[in-house]
Amino acid sequence: MTALLEIDDVKKSFGGLRALDGATFSVEEGSIAALIGPNGSGKTTLFNVMTGYAQVDSGDIRFRGRSITSAGPDRVFALGIGRTFQLTRIFARMTVLENMLVATQRHEGWLRSVFRAAGSPSERERAFELLEFVGIAGLSSLPAGNLSYGQRKLLELAYVLVADPEVILLDEPAGGVNPSLINHIIDRIREVNRAGKTLIVVEHDMQFVMDLCERVTVLDQGRVLTTGSPDEVRSNPAVLDAYLGGDDEEEDDEVGAAVLET
Amino acid sequence: MIPSRTALGVLGGLVALAILVGFPLAFSNPTTTTIAFFVLIFMIATTAWNAFSGLSGYIALGHAVFFGSGAYALAIGAEKLHLSGGWSVFALVPVSGVVAGVIAVPFGLVALRTRRHTFVVITIAIFFIFQLLAFNLGITGGSSGLQTPTPLWTAVGYNQRFYYVAAAILVLTVAMACGIRYSRFGLQLLAIRDDEDRARGLGVRTRRVKLLAFVASAIPTGMAGGVYAYFLGQIFPQFAFDPLFDISIALMAFFGGLGTLTGPLLGALVLESLQQEFTLNFSAGSLYLIVYGALFLVVILLLPRGVVPTLSSLAPRVREQIRRRAEVPPPPDQARDVA
Repeated sequence: MTALLEIDDVKKSFGGLRALDGATFSVEEGSIAALIGPNGSGKTTLFNVMTGYAQVDSGDIRFRGRSITSAGPDRVFALGIGRTFQLTRIFARMTVLENMLVATQRHEGWLRSVFRAAGSPSERERAFELLEFVGIAGLSSLPAGNLSYGQRKLLELAYVLVADPEVILLDEPAGGVNPSLINHIIDRIREVNRAGKTLIVVEHDMQFVMDLCERVTVLDQGRVLTTGSPDEVRSNPAVLDAYLGGDDEEEDDEVGAAVLET
Repeated sequence: MIPSRTALGVLGGLVALAILVGFPLAFSNPTTTTIAFFVLIFMIATTAWNAFSGLSGYIALGHAVFFGSGAYALAIGAEKLHLSGGWSVFALVPVSGVVAGVIAVPFGLVALRTRRHTFVVITIAIFFIFQLLAFNLGITGGSSGLQTPTPLWTAVGYNQRFYYVAAAILVLTVAMACGIRYSRFGLQLLAIRDDEDRARGLGVRTRRVKLLAFVASAIPTGMAGGVYAYFLGQIFPQFAFDPLFDISIALMAFFGGLGTLTGPLLGALVLESLQQEFTLNFSAGSLYLIVYGALFLVVILLLPRGVVPTLSSLAPRVREQIRRRAEVPPPPDQARDVA
């Protein structure tokens, strides 16, 4: 297998805070990789530097061997890396269908947008298919601002898929979503993966991660602590320490294990 | 049968076009045609402004820069080419548009780096730089302004010529606004309005899209300025670069409905004709400001999104009622219940 995305010794500080302190890891093509870690361990910052929303202080990010370290969000997306946000960001005053059409320009020059309709019949059809795929096709003519939080998560996944990216970064796809919808989201993510897409998931819900992902990377204080299968990571004492503050006492490890089990 | 929205739109457009063409034939009184001409000028400017600010949410208060530059471009051009009036001067109107468009590039590059309130303040600041330039540059004639050639047309049909030139520019501007609104470009502007950073993350080249829309909205504004200068016969810095122009077109768009196609037209029609009425009949040039204020209070209190969006959100309900009436009336005993 080849590494599709490589993050090489990436550092990023915000003032005195070292959000990323030499993070290094890679993601293989066609996999579902998870990124976990305690709050403030740098997961979202890592997503931001990977997608051009933040610039690294040092280090390199490569996509198919090509550096994308200094590319802006539009460029990164054009190359084929889409993302969703932890707090969903949809276009609230546009309809659900219009939201779906924003990303359709990925394979065309930007100036072309001026001389074509907002959505060609085939693009609209594709948008509807994807809305059906995530299960909100019935809401296509509503303003997106009227959607519930879970529906927004689904819309955000769908409108990224419109442009057919190769990699999709999901920032807490299950966060704040009701449990019955979580299974639906897991199911959809698996389906997307089966269609050949590579996925990177940041998630706090351990059950979700253990169910879905083949490889789990644990971040702590801006560094990669370990990478391995869900079982390996679960039984790694260093991971438990990271979650509980680096105390070696046996008692804490048991509590930590319990935390990870849930 | 209830006609579809598109069909209604086309029908409405044709009716509006017929009124636009027929108006000076029906009302040839010079006062009326003068007012009509000013209304058209503001319809152009407001529609153009709305195509950028209404869609992108970037409220620009510096479009008088384009209006004034267009006005000066025509006056200076006519002077340099020794044009003596007549139709040939109108040939400079596209030049006015180009000059405004060229000025919009550096203006946009600077101002569009900022957002929201900062953007508004920067556009105002740039506006004042231009007004200052107009007062002080040699080429603009300073505070004594510039003369434009006087056409040797007879009084009959004098205003009509200006009216029809403005009407033609208006038709083109509305066509442009319509094209922007229904293109993917327009969709991207709306996406920028709702969440610019997210739009970038979906591949929208936000800087270029914003700049292009800004330039596109400057061009008709400059052309309107050119026609306006020719109509008045002379221009002064304080009228060509008038801060009230900035406020007026923004208010007209807000009044009619920001981001809609018909809203700016309605806003310019109502507010500009009111203003002209007041100026002519009460000879109190600033009385209209009080009326503006009062009108805005009413609109903000009763129709906060502007007239057109509020009315169009009522439309489905009205249609539903029409549909119900069109159905077979219920038998008399049930009719009482319904009532």
